[in-house]
This record gives sequence, C-alpha cells and structure tokens, in this order.
Amino acid sequence: MSKYVLRLYVTGNTERSKLAIVNLRSICENELHGMYSLEVIDILEHPQLAEDEKILATPTLIKELPPPIRRIIGDMSATGKVLLGLDLKSKISEDDNDM
Amino acid sequence: MYVQKLATGIPGFDFISNGGLPKGRNTLITGTSGSAKTIFTVQFLAEGILQANENGVFITFEESPEDIRKNMHGLGWDIRKWESEGKWAFVDASPQIEGGVIIVGKFDLEGLLIRIKRAIDKVGAKRVSMDSLGAIFTQLSSIPIIRSELFRISVELKQMGVTSIMTAERTQEYGDISRYGVEEFVADNVIILRNVLEAEKRRRTLEILKFRGTNHQKGEYPFSVVPEKGIIVIPLSAIELKHKSSMVRISCGNDELDKMCGGGFFRDSIILVSGATGCGKTLMTTEFIAGGAKKDERCLLFAFEESSDQLFRNASGWSHDFEKMENEGKLRVVCTYPETTGLEEHLIRMKTEIDRFKPNRVAIDSLSALERISTIKGFREFVIDLTSFIKHQEIAGLFTATTPTLTGGTSVTETHISTITDSIILLRYVEMYGEMRRGITVLKMRGSAHNKDIREVTIDNHGMHIGKSFTNVSGILAGRPMQIPAGELDRINTLFTDEAK
Repeated sequence: MSKYVLRLYVTGNTERSKLAIVNLRSICENELHGMYSLEVIDILEHPQLAEDEKILATPTLIKELPPPIRRIIGDMSATGKVLLGLDLKSKISEDDNDM
Repeated sequence: MYVQKLATGIPGFDFISNGGLPKGRNTLITGTSGSAKTIFTVQFLAEGILQANENGVFITFEESPEDIRKNMHGLGWDIRKWESEGKWAFVDASPQIEGGVIIVGKFDLEGLLIRIKRAIDKVGAKRVSMDSLGAIFTQLSSIPIIRSELFRISVELKQMGVTSIMTAERTQEYGDISRYGVEEFVADNVIILRNVLEAEKRRRTLEILKFRGTNHQKGEYPFSVVPEKGIIVIPLSAIELKHKSSMVRISCGNDELDKMCGGGFFRDSIILVSGATGCGKTLMTTEFIAGGAKKDERCLLFAFEESSDQLFRNASGWSHDFEKMENEGKLRVVCTYPETTGLEEHLIRMKTEIDRFKPNRVAIDSLSALERISTIKGFREFVIDLTSFIKHQEIAGLFTATTPTLTGGTSVTETHISTITDSIILLRYVEMYGEMRRGITVLKMRGSAHNKDIREVTIDNHGMHIGKSFTNVSGILAGRPMQIPAGELDRINTLFTDEAK
C-alpha cells in the first residue's frame, strides 16, 4: 500500500472541527495502519494557506497522495463516504447515507 | 432610520434607483444566462475604483479570475492593473480541476468567509461582488446548509459596512426569481436583468424588484452593453419635463419658411418634418444645416437612409457645399445603416456624438428609418429619450419622418412624437390637373403665431422655393384634393363677415 498524504483544514477549536479530527483519526488508524501522514491546519491561524488551497467549506480534507487529488468536505461522520473518497472502498452501502 | 444610497456610477442606474444601491446592504442581481449579470458585478467595482476611489473585492464562484480579467478587458477595464495597485482583490472560489468533491457530513462556509474578510481588509474595500451563487450550489450540493451560510455571510458583510451585490441564475425571463428559490431571501434588495426575445429582436432591460426600506423607480428600463463602457441604463419614463425655454429664433435656412413660422424656429425646439418619399425632406434638412453653417453654428447630421457621398452630392445639387462646411468644422455627418445595431445602441452612439461634437443644430434624416429595426414600444421609448436628451442640450433638432402613403397619411414616428415636438411641418403631394405638385404647411408652432396656409413648393438647383397658397383647393392633408370654383370661394370668404354684421 502506498503512503497517504492528507491535510485537514478546520476553523478554530469548534465542536465541528473536533468532530472532524476525531472521526478522521479513527478512520485512518483503522484503515491505513500507520501508512499515512495527516496535517491539521487551522485557517484562523493560517489564512494564507486557505487562500493558497482555495478553501471554501470547512472542514475540508485534501487527499494529496496517492493521486487523484480529492476534496472531502464535512465533519467526516459519513464513514463510508470518507472511505470512498480515500479510494479505500468502491461502492456506498445503504447505511453510509446517514449524514 | 433611513437607508442611505451608494451611487454606483453605472450610467443611468443611479437615476432609476433614486441615487444608487442601498448603502451597506446586500443586493441580489438575478437574470437568465447571458443577461449581463457578470458585467454588472464587475462594473459595480470598476466604477467604484474609477469614479469614487472606492476599492473592491470580487468573489468568483464560476469563472476563474484569469477568465474574468480577459473577458472584461474589452469593456475597457484593466483589472490586473487595479490588482497591482491594491484596489481590487479576487477571492477565487471557482471549481478546482481535481478529482471532484465528496460531501461527508455537516460543513460550513467559514473558510470562504475568512478569505472574504481578509481580502476586504487587504484592499480596504467598500464594495463587494459575488458571481454567481448558483455555482456554489452545484459545487457543494447541500441547499439548506448553503442557504443558511449565505445568509450568515450576508450578515457579516453588512456588519463590515460594505455594499455588496451577488448574482443568481434564473431559468425563465418571467418566472421564479432565482433557480434555487433561496437566493432572494438572503438579500435585502432584488434587481432583475432581462434579455427578452421580442419580435426577433433582443431587448435588454433592468428592473428593480425591491429595495427594502427605500424607494426606486418601478418597471423595466432598457439597457445596452457598449464596448469600452459597459452597461448603460436608459432611464426613459424617469425623465423630467424640465427644459428651459428660449425665445431666441434661428433661421431654418429658408427665408420664406422662416416667415411662415413667425420668424424662424426657436433655438431649443424640436421640429418634425413629415412627408412622403421624394417630397423634399432631405432638402429641408440640407437647408436647415446650411442655414446654421452660414451663421457659424455647428451642425450634426445623422443619416440613416443615404451614404455620405450621396448626401454631399444632393447638397451640391441644391447649391450647398457640405464639403466646405465640413472642412471648416461646422458640419459633421454620421451615416449609419439602421440594421447595423440595436436601437438602444444607436441611441447611446448618437448621444455620444452629440456630447463630443457639441452642435448647435442636430438633424436626423430620417427618424422613421429606425422604426423598422425595433418593436413599437422600443421605438417609442427611443424617440422620447432622444428628444428629451436633445432638449436638455438646448439645441435645435430637426427630425424627418417618412409617411407610408404618397398623399395624406401619418407615420408611426409622428404618432409617437407629435406631442413632444415643438413644431410640425408637413410636406405633401398635391395632385392637380393630372400633375403632382408639392405643398407645405406649418401644422404646429409652439409658443408662436404662424402662417396656416398650405403653400406650393417648387424645387430647383437653388433649393426650395415656397410659392403661393393653394387657396382654391381643399382636402390636401386628407390626400383627396378638391378644386373649389372661384365663385364658391368668394361666397365662403364672405360667409362669416356677413354674420358678424
């Protein structure tokens, strides 16, 4: 398995930011088994980084590697869809649609 | 508390909006595809920079900043230059070419808001444009979240004291205000841009649907998009009838006609010359111009029927030297075929010519040629606006109108402008003894006495000659001339004198 490079853009220490970080960390631990690097960026502290990446919605996860580059938006609560976005799964099952 | 207005600087718009956009508030601009929404949003910022020294932030959800810079260059706006001068900032929220977007839970648009605030701070913006909201719905596909987030952004923008506009797509010219049905609830004010196909002609109009807590002109106003200028709104019915009146008379170029008019035209009057084809309208236009040039006045002629070569040749055939007048800077001839462009653009071009040349006299030969490129409504608005514009300049205007029938008759042009013009002169064919002769009469001469006879006109290589009255003929204007025997005429002449005794 090739290494994953992930960057998560959040805004401050809000409930939604925390939820996204917790959800994503658990997905990564369970599915990627250490084969990843995750950087969490608070755009309140680094607005220029938000500008560079043209971030609109928060939280936004950018999957830099492996290609293709993909944007995954939301609090990461729909686990099935996150897996789909990370190319760890090829189909959505019924219970993944609860947002 | 009353709502202040921010003058946008978009020509004509500030007039119909009674002073501009509500200051410090948010206005939605909605319209179908191709209705000039993006131009409006760019021009709002451009006029701010050019006219009011107010900087702007442009948030684009659809086109890339590079596309906008390129597309707007043709309208005379150098966005790149303003960016380097710190007067303009883009917030690029256009779709990124990547592997796509997946929504995996609740989100907000805090990222966008932070970037907008930062851009506003960076250039000290007073104006903000967002184009177009529809694109963010397709990008992020969660209508309830986007709706509440847009509302939040709108509130934040108000708190920052900026005046903002945002655009939304409509699917029909007359139907729902916007595609997602939510955009209009986000904004305090709504403006609709239309691009309606009517009788095979495209007609652009702008309507202010609502301004919360303040007033504006109601209804649709035509506008045009002009190269190097952008949007120009034509504020028709909002025109005030406030013209100064002058008692100074000018010569119409023909001594006898001056006498018939009670001493010439008034300096700031509009004269309509109506007649069938070939009965001397272009000649009268030529004499009107020559009469002006003789007094060292500047004359501007708009010709819609003949080329400038033809006009110069005609003039020399009547012993008037247009070339000399032109060389002396007293004459400018603008020849255009009516079909080259839409009526709104003709109007704007004509106004520009008048502003530039600053004539004492303007002649249009013929006004009715423009009828055929427009709908009746569009033409009426055109005539009213042009007439009013010329009157405001306090110059004399002579328009010709061609009647559809050879004898008698009126044209659409006359129906629409006869009440606005100060003088009406009729040129009519008179059929007598198997011969076509020409007659002239002054039908109306506002503010002055005038000769009411119908007099004979002859034309030779020295121009127009006005002869005797057709005293023994009646029914000329109706197109059915009838000879009255001399005996009968005497009886009619004494009819009323007898009764008076």
